[in-house]
Amino acid sequence: MNLVSISFFLAIVGLTLVVTYIAAKRTSSAADFYTAGGGLKGWQNGFAIAGDYLSAAAFLGVSGAIALTGFDGFFFSVGYVVANLVLLYVIAEPMRNLGRYTLADMLTARFNEKRIRGVAASGTIIIVILYMIAQLVGAGALIKLLFGIEYWIAVLIVGVMMTTYVLFGGMTATSWVQIIKASLLLFGTGLLATLVLVKFDFSLMKMFDTIAVDHGEEFLVPGIKYTSTIDSVSMMMALVLGTSGLPHILMRFFTVKDAKTARASISWTTWITAIFFSLTIFLGFGALNFVGLDQILAESKAGNTAAPLLAHYLGGDVLMAFIGAVAFATILAVVSGLVLTGASAISHDIYGEIIKNGQLTEKQQVIAARTGSISIAIVSIILALFAQSLNVSFLVSFAFCIGASANLPVILYTIYWKKFNSTGAVTAMVTGLVSCLVLGAMGPNVWSPVEGAAIFVGTPLVPLAVPAIITIPLGFIAGYLGTILSSNKATDAEAERIYKEIRVKANTGVSVSDVSH
Amino acid sequence: MANVSNTKQGQAIDYDAIEAMESFNRFVRKKNTFLFSITAIFLILYILLPILAFQPVLQQKFFGNITGVWVYSAGLFIMTIVLCTVYVKKAASFDKAAAAVLAEYQAKGGK
Repeated sequence: MNLVSISFFLAIVGLTLVVTYIAAKRTSSAADFYTAGGGLKGWQNGFAIAGDYLSAAAFLGVSGAIALTGFDGFFFSVGYVVANLVLLYVIAEPMRNLGRYTLADMLTARFNEKRIRGVAASGTIIIVILYMIAQLVGAGALIKLLFGIEYWIAVLIVGVMMTTYVLFGGMTATSWVQIIKASLLLFGTGLLATLVLVKFDFSLMKMFDTIAVDHGEEFLVPGIKYTSTIDSVSMMMALVLGTSGLPHILMRFFTVKDAKTARASISWTTWITAIFFSLTIFLGFGALNFVGLDQILAESKAGNTAAPLLAHYLGGDVLMAFIGAVAFATILAVVSGLVLTGASAISHDIYGEIIKNGQLTEKQQVIAARTGSISIAIVSIILALFAQSLNVSFLVSFAFCIGASANLPVILYTIYWKKFNSTGAVTAMVTGLVSCLVLGAMGPNVWSPVEGAAIFVGTPLVPLAVPAIITIPLGFIAGYLGTILSSNKATDAEAERIYKEIRVKANTGVSVSDVSH
Repeated sequence: MANVSNTKQGQAIDYDAIEAMESFNRFVRKKNTFLFSITAIFLILYILLPILAFQPVLQQKFFGNITGVWVYSAGLFIMTIVLCTVYVKKAASFDKAAAAVLAEYQAKGGK
């Protein structure tokens, strides 16, 4: 650990703590805690959503994947960018018009049943924990590399810091930490990409020529990692549709005051992510060319340290320390958002609405929210301590798969399908969730004939790394069948009345502040 | 039972009445047609990437050593920015249409 690294590290920690301190003074109600009082501006929320997209998996993982596998790594970049359109076109505005704090709130606006809330909250908690373990494991490995401290100490540092942000500053602090981090990350990658381009005389052609000649033409086309069309189609479907079902992204739409601001947020996010992910080509190919495959692999088999190593090559210890500190901020920001989302499912949905029937005073709600944050943080930290050897991108792709298969069908049906009923909602969510977990457990990330390549030795029953191509249709079909096979005649008039209300609210944004649940 | 609820201003909104309005339904139909046709287009163009990526058409070199998959991906990035801009423009007109529907509802005396 050198002085420069420590300085950057402390500067970022200091800055985020100041933000948390200021935010803490403004956080007094449950609405402040979960949604920053719904008062974020479009650009602020746009940067914060971009912050959620640009997780450590995106920044370190994608640039590393491009360095190791060429175009196969860039598949992720395309997926993350196009996913913005799904959010913008079909999710953002109705979500803002119907929801309050959580995904479950939005669903119970239509079906006011505890089982719906319970299933939605459970799905949220599972996705949050999978995603969080992935971030924490990545954080541990990165901090170990940069500062040479032990994995478990690194996980504890990140764990304590994220809990501090959420506990004291709630959504306001978490959003500002995201905004700061997204700006730093954009600046850092822009700087790295420019330095790479300088080396190639600002010629894209020259960079591709060098890669083709010195490293092989296989980097220019897919095939190093994904050899089958169906495998890559499945993964791409999970990316583009899963983003719209990730609870920590959905929750961000409740932090703005109306649908117009929600739309402006995604517009900002689209520009930021399009710029950022275009730059991943330079990071990946730069690392491949200047650091070299052998050295990247020597540091991390998954290539997760390609970007910091490239920074070291281009700008020495100082630039590597800066990029390392930015990566640290990235992880902190993303896990804080996840803690908050998990806490909302536990405290607001399960404790507040299901156990206490919504009969909580404002003060009790805030206490519940803080207790929920601490519990979800502790569970994730403990799991992360045991999960050190798990493949991080596998956990993340799973979270996307569940988001796309369990949450997206039910969200779309709730907004757009008149006949949809509560049984359909439960069957869609349960089927999506269970099929992802079961097919995933039979897949190549869990079973591999090669010892050490996966958790167990054996032939995978399902050859797909991400089973989205099967599970997304299953989620939609289950929602459809659940609805038509169960149609509950007794409540038809009431159901129709609620759907009319939903339809008017979703399309006109009338009485957003009046969402009653 | 009338489908009403009170807004913050204490003003009741009759959702059934709005939902029954011809102008409301015309607006929603128009909006959904736009949203779903564009969504279908970009999802198809997107999912063609991993399918065509393994075919000779996108494996050949387009410019120097830059192969078709990169060019197609760049196209998808541009498509995203363009469709994002299109949406923001179009949504502004939808906002006006929604406001007109609500104004019509108010004018009819629906309070």
